[in-house]
Amino acid sequence: MTGFDTPQVDWALVAPVLIVLGAAVVGVLLEAFVPAAARRVAQLGVSVTASVAALGAIGWSWHRLNGIDGTALYAMVTPDSLTGFAAPLGALVVDGMTLVSQAIVVVVALLSVLVMADRTASREDAFTPMVSAVPGSQYEQLATSRRMQQTEVYPLVLFATGGMMVFSATADLLTMFVALEVLSLPLYLLSGMARRRRLQSQEASLKYFLLGSFASALFIFGAALIYGSTGSLSFTEIAAATVSPNGLEKLLLVGVLLLMVGLFFKVGAVPFHLWTPDVYQGAPTPITGFMAAGTKVAAFVALVRVVYVMLPGMGWDLAVLVWTVAIATMVVGSVAVLVQNDIKRLLAYSSVAHAGFVLTAVAAGWGTGDKTDGPWAVLVYLLAYALATVGAFTIVALVRERSADGGTTGEATALSQWAGLGRTNPVIAGCFTVFLLSFAGIPLTAGFVGKFAVFAAAVQAGAWPLALVGVLASAVAAFAYFKVIVLMYFPGRDAKVEDAEINTGAGGATVTMARPKAATVVATQGWAAVTIGVCALLSVLLGILPGGVLTAINNILL
Amino acid sequence: MADFPWLTVLLVVPLVGAAVLFAPTPARNWARQIALGFSLVELALVGCAVWAFDTGTAGLQQLTETHSWIAKLGVSYALGVDGVALALIAMSVLLVPLVVLAAWREQGSDRRSTGDLSRYLGWALVLETFMVGVFAARDVFFFYLLFEAMLIPVYFMIGSYGGDPARRRRAALKFLLYSLVGGLIMLVGVVYLGMAGPDGKERFLTDSLTGLVGDAGPLNITEGRWLFLSFFIAFAIKAPMFPVHTWLPDAAEQAPAGTSALLVGVLDKVGTFGMLTLCLPLFPEASQWAAPVIIVLAVVSVVYGALLAIGQQNMFRLVAYTSVSHFGFIVLGIFAIFPLAADTGGTPVAGSSFYMVNHGLSTGALFLLVGFLVARRGSPLIADFGGLTKVAPVLAGLFMVVGLSALSLPGLSTFVSEFLVLVGTFAQHPVPAIIASSGVVLAAVYILWMYQRVFTGGVPDNTPEQDERGLPPLAGLRDVRAVERWAIVPLIAVMLVLGFWPRPALDLVRPPAEQTVSTLSDVLVDAEAGK
Repeated sequence: MTGFDTPQVDWALVAPVLIVLGAAVVGVLLEAFVPAAARRVAQLGVSVTASVAALGAIGWSWHRLNGIDGTALYAMVTPDSLTGFAAPLGALVVDGMTLVSQAIVVVVALLSVLVMADRTASREDAFTPMVSAVPGSQYEQLATSRRMQQTEVYPLVLFATGGMMVFSATADLLTMFVALEVLSLPLYLLSGMARRRRLQSQEASLKYFLLGSFASALFIFGAALIYGSTGSLSFTEIAAATVSPNGLEKLLLVGVLLLMVGLFFKVGAVPFHLWTPDVYQGAPTPITGFMAAGTKVAAFVALVRVVYVMLPGMGWDLAVLVWTVAIATMVVGSVAVLVQNDIKRLLAYSSVAHAGFVLTAVAAGWGTGDKTDGPWAVLVYLLAYALATVGAFTIVALVRERSADGGTTGEATALSQWAGLGRTNPVIAGCFTVFLLSFAGIPLTAGFVGKFAVFAAAVQAGAWPLALVGVLASAVAAFAYFKVIVLMYFPGRDAKVEDAEINTGAGGATVTMARPKAATVVATQGWAAVTIGVCALLSVLLGILPGGVLTAINNILL
Repeated sequence: MADFPWLTVLLVVPLVGAAVLFAPTPARNWARQIALGFSLVELALVGCAVWAFDTGTAGLQQLTETHSWIAKLGVSYALGVDGVALALIAMSVLLVPLVVLAAWREQGSDRRSTGDLSRYLGWALVLETFMVGVFAARDVFFFYLLFEAMLIPVYFMIGSYGGDPARRRRAALKFLLYSLVGGLIMLVGVVYLGMAGPDGKERFLTDSLTGLVGDAGPLNITEGRWLFLSFFIAFAIKAPMFPVHTWLPDAAEQAPAGTSALLVGVLDKVGTFGMLTLCLPLFPEASQWAAPVIIVLAVVSVVYGALLAIGQQNMFRLVAYTSVSHFGFIVLGIFAIFPLAADTGGTPVAGSSFYMVNHGLSTGALFLLVGFLVARRGSPLIADFGGLTKVAPVLAGLFMVVGLSALSLPGLSTFVSEFLVLVGTFAQHPVPAIIASSGVVLAAVYILWMYQRVFTGGVPDNTPEQDERGLPPLAGLRDVRAVERWAIVPLIAVMLVLGFWPRPALDLVRPPAEQTVSTLSDVLVDAEAGK
């Protein structure tokens, strides 16, 4: 580099990210200047407005990208199939994949914010009134009785959303690392903010933070080694450098392995999945839904970019690694789903299994050199998965235990408590059934379309063994989902309500709850119902009439 | 009127009915009447479709509709029927109103709450849509979609209504798992086959996917065989054939009689129908390759199913095992044409096609009658019955006729089809045909022995043990009500008419059979001659 070039910034292309991150900053300022009573409404307004505005900006970029044949103009930033626009210094790439994943992330954020804002009749939301108060202390009681609330949740979610949006749009390793941290740090914090079972929540937060830091450290170390080997952090330059041997291939290989470990951790692939059940269980449920869907979307798109853009030539060496991880993830995830007796842990392991299915599409076609449907299938699957995940966790947030005085208390996460929900709350149980069917990939739901896309991509690339393992794992996981459906609809008079063991995960200590009562659906202001309705409707619609969406995603990727 | 989208209308009408039944409106109080109304309208529409169907060219797809559905994947909403598909649709649609009629009392007396009944009938109508769709689908993806989606209504119909809650849940889950595993294996085959198909919007049409295997196509013989297996396993589980039949007796035992009638009468036909309309045309070489093993398995199904049926104590299980035996005949007929020679005729295939229709009628009626018996006595065990001819003569008479149809008495339509299958098989494979013929004798044993134990002799008093279980006295059992009679009589009438005058049905099923065989011999025999 001979001189300093003034970056040419296409502001319209970075607008979605800027809107979200800007709104997050505004949110922080609101905390300082708006009186406590009005904060929640103000924060909610800012979050929702920002999400909608970001969606609009994404739509505008989508329109531009669809209208332009950008292959020739922007090929220097993004090689072959993944055409796009270059934002500042080439650090951000706005191509079809970016737009689709950003759209999914923002929709997930919007739907999740609604759930976070939803309160019960007694004005309780899912978050502790005072995070800094020691659990069980008088200070905590005081905060509760004063009905304080922690409205920092909203800007934190916006920061995480912004991080996810950048994470899926990076074209160099340094930006990717920064985005990784921007999306992770708020999530570590948010995981520890549950209103009930606070110790478990704080433990989840700590666990997530420690393991996440390790993964980040491995990631940045890997990036350093790659830089050492190729002399660049930019994906395209690394791709070019890997073509010609320079004697530092071993360094490159180790670097790539470490980098992959970091990404596998974020997507929750085996053997880096062990944090998922504990964190998903401990975190406040609306946050769980948000991070389960959002993080996975962003991280998978980043992984696809690393695989297809940065390392297209290394498929011969490394595809076997992704194959192994994909198979292990599908098998371990699906089998583990079977033995769960806590609904949040069940959904957590289910998300592990889903990560495996998506990896199938990532692995498919890497190294074959042909143009594949891999990225397309990844996005289709993630869309279906995100909808069902947000919806399912929202329902988990609403299904509560009954207290002695007839009110409702914490979430009824023990599976045995869900027995008979189909009789007492047919609508909620019906929606949950839709999400479970979508997870299971039963035809006429979005999940089936996703599964079909993933397996088709795998078979197309000659990876039929992956598809075969995939369908067998699906069958195993489907058994687990149907067990839940059975429980909700056909509880059976003979079914004993067994004492549920809540595995706290802390050194294997278990707390045995005495005879959990049947669960009930708590009455709220109704915003969560909007989320559930939208997710269920889209899950069914995408299953019956997926044509338009599939073609749109396909066209934008071209 | 041939251009009118009859098949789409046939798909939509039951769905509308189901929507009415599921909606929480006062209409629920009239659930029975609504369900009956919609199923009768559907029956009338099938009549129209039959009228619009040109029997002269029954071997070709008619009433076709093709619309692009998921362009990116190459999936079409493609419907069309040949003679066999139309006959099966007509049979299915005939069964539904009768199942509704049969449930008139049975479900009502068990459960006062009409919400439950309304949902049950709603699921039955949803199932009707899927049944019509699966027989009419001309797109492999669409077929698969419906094939899997059918599990959901049946799952709820077995799991929510029927016998002991814990056991019926297990039965429903077992049914689901078997079907799901088979279906998912088939999914790999569907994907693999589709990826080899032509690019474009009509990639998954059955027509686009035929002829892919072999020297001229993109798939080699080995791939073709694996794909054939992936489809065949799914269909064999559905059918169900030995050795993957074990889910059926459990499901039939626990489900309400009406569900079993639809499950065995119609749903399981999808398995044999799939073998006939997908396995044979898509993978001719592999079908010929696998035929010897399949014929052996079919014969084993015939004999083993019949032997197990003889040993059953529970009437539902007994009828279920008779079906395993009968499905053996159907599969035998389909694969008996192999190895193909230039002069091979379509007789066994035509016989099997007709058998599918007849078996639906006969077994459907048998399940409904057993359902009547069980609803009255409160027990499905044969040992709890005796001497019912004196108490309920009409019921006994109906049972006798239906039972005779199950053992293929001449004069009833089942005889015609069984005869065609055996004659056709004998021409190619005398030994399997002879062994399978013993199934006819065994059928006489299980039907007549059951009839003897349930209906003849003196009317026994309740034993103390039976009193303890709260069984009502046998002597006080009511004969069939008018509603119930109406549920059975149409089936018997159809079987009688088709028994003496099978021409109309054979006109429907013979041309497609001949068509199938001639297409196959174009591929197999000419290819052989070319070498």
